[in-house]
Amino acid sequence: MPEFHMVVCVKVVPRSDEIRVDRETRLLDRRHARLELNPPDMSALEMALNTRDRYGGKLDILSMGPLSFEPLLRVGLAMGCDHIVLLSDRAFGGADTLATTYTLAKGIEKMGGADLIFCGEESADGATGQVPAGLAEWLNVSQLTLLTELSLDLDKQTATGRRSLKGGYEILETPLPCVVSVKNASQEPRFINFSRKAWAYETERVTVWNAVDLNADPESIGLTGSPTTVSELARVPVRERKRIKLEGEAMAKAEQLAVIIRDSL
Amino acid sequence: MPPSRYRENEESKAVWVYLEQEEGTLENVSLEVLSKGRELADVMKWKLVGLLPGSGVHALAKEAITRGADEIWVMDHPLLTTFTIEGHGAVVYDAVMLGKPSIFLLGATHNGRDLAGRLAVRFRTGLNADCTNLHMDEKDALLVSEVSGFGGGVVAMIEMQNHRPQMATVRPGVFALSEPDSARRGKVIDVPVNLKPEQIKTRILERVRSGVVDLTRVPVLVVGGRGVNGDFETLKKLAEILGGDVGATRPPVDAGFIERERQIGQTGVVSSPKMALCCGLSGAFHLLVGIDKADVVVSINSDPEAPIFEFSDYYIVGDVSQYLPVLIQTLESQQEISHA
Ligand SMILES: Cc1cc2nc3c(=O)[nH]c(=O)nc-3n(C[C@H](O)[C@H](O)[C@H](O)COP(=O)(O)OP(=O)(O)OC[C@H]3O[C@@H](n4cnc5c(N)ncnc54)[C@H](O)[C@@H]3O)c2cc1C
Ligand SMILES: Nc1ncnc2c1ncn2[C@@H]1O[C@H](COP(=O)(O)O)[C@@H](O)[C@H]1O
Repeated sequence: MPEFHMVVCVKVVPRSDEIRVDRETRLLDRRHARLELNPPDMSALEMALNTRDRYGGKLDILSMGPLSFEPLLRVGLAMGCDHIVLLSDRAFGGADTLATTYTLAKGIEKMGGADLIFCGEESADGATGQVPAGLAEWLNVSQLTLLTELSLDLDKQTATGRRSLKGGYEILETPLPCVVSVKNASQEPRFINFSRKAWAYETERVTVWNAVDLNADPESIGLTGSPTTVSELARVPVRERKRIKLEGEAMAKAEQLAVIIRDSL
Repeated sequence: MPPSRYRENEESKAVWVYLEQEEGTLENVSLEVLSKGRELADVMKWKLVGLLPGSGVHALAKEAITRGADEIWVMDHPLLTTFTIEGHGAVVYDAVMLGKPSIFLLGATHNGRDLAGRLAVRFRTGLNADCTNLHMDEKDALLVSEVSGFGGGVVAMIEMQNHRPQMATVRPGVFALSEPDSARRGKVIDVPVNLKPEQIKTRILERVRSGVVDLTRVPVLVVGGRGVNGDFETLKKLAEILGGDVGATRPPVDAGFIERERQIGQTGVVSSPKMALCCGLSGAFHLLVGIDKADVVVSINSDPEAPIFEFSDYYIVGDVSQYLPVLIQTLESQQEISHA
């Protein structure tokens, strides 16, 4: 039997506390923001590593993005992952969910498939957690989303997960292969293993594939493969407020505020 | 780019809404989206159709009609009793391919997102997730989805020219709920369901639901930011006195000080309280989206330049850890007086 193969999808994003808002355009200015691993993906990484520790197998990192992602992704190697596949090509740029999931699925296909694929809950830079389900559809495998716990039965070839619900949870069992999305902040990511650090920075730990390597349909990737288009940008109409500053001593201000609160309710 | 599953010019001019139910109750967000769907359909003089998979759900079809639907397609089957991605995914896909609606909207609940993400790929179409508003471009009969996330108070209008259905998801609380009109008449259509047990690969071994937090409709929302330094106990106390509940910005949620279901804002809850009390938060646009529907906004922040003040009706420049205890004390003593 081939080795049990796991993949964790990790994105690199600008640090949200370093994104500035351009005063003129009011658009996000990411130029000066340093990059970091998408915080929700840290939970995915941890659950993936934990699963590998318990059941064995090979665990690779998959990411789509510019080559500048590479040094950060290596942190995942130092934490315990085996290899990185970075899907990088100018033609992948500007992808919406359909094109992103298509490209990630092609990457997994070229890796020879996977028994278990981990994703984070959402990308911190604006996307909305639609990648895991879309990826599962392209790969035609099951999905377990928003998990806080996962266990496997390798004899039965099933995955069992605890999925968070609004005000509760459900325990779901599904056949492998399967895409899992991990509930944000549900796992405490481990520290990097310092003895792996030098190993993690060796060149051969990373494979970069472009669109041709993936044998991807050029019509289905990046901006070209994205059916949605941004037609215009507009200002958010925010409600006008009174902007009344309460003055005076601390006690007096608190009393004023108490009166305002009572009067407004 | 490759076409979607509809053949050319095959779409039928209609707005469809996925109606999610749980144990015989329709999700509020489904009704909110239905209310918005009614507006969109009226602009275009199109039909509004609700898609209702479940088991024993016919009574809910009538309720959805009172909320604006012209037609409800009911898919009633024991295998649809609880949500599974295979079961609900298959019947919703088949129904959409049968009706070929121009527009298909879903509430961004956990299940709604699972379904939307999966089906968008199955239709080979685009998906605008977590829209903050929807409207019609009447001339071209296109759905325009407003999506924030570009920060700084800018939203992007997103359209899709060539792919169908035009899919969008909307979070709970974003749209107002229309008043039910019991005189409204509509058609209930039973759609035959061909579902075999072996199609449902995912088994539900256990399901526990209790104490659902719903911050969309609380009368008073006390929101804590990074500046409360994790002290949500004090905020809870304040909320309790005021008959409200506690929410938070993203940093304290990420830090694990409070549950994610209490995050307010663009990627959290959109709330419409009578009053929002903002404590130790800067007023990022991502957050403001979540409190913009509040009648009154009050804030306390130690930074005299904090952006939140611009979006407040009343504000105090000061340290929350100093003001909140005094405020609680004052409110409590008022309470005693009014009780006397
Ligand atoms: C795609 C995307 C989506 C996002 N979605 C959301 C969302 O849904 N909700 C959300 O909240 N954020 C969201 N964010 C993050 C958002 O941009 C801000 O980073 C976040 O709202 C800031 O939270 P904050 O105001 O608590 O923290 P900060 O911006 O750090 O502000 C803390 C404030 O507390 C004040 N303060 C400090 N100490 C005290 C004290 N003792 N007393 C009084 N005041 C004090 C400071 O003056 C400061 O103004 C999102 C970001 C991205 C990129
Ligand atoms: N470009 C990408 N490369 C690798 N993984 C990604 C990428 N985009 C999204 N993902 C994965 O999908 C999850 C959900 O992202 P999103 O749907 O974009 O919010 C993330 O947490 C990642 O695990």
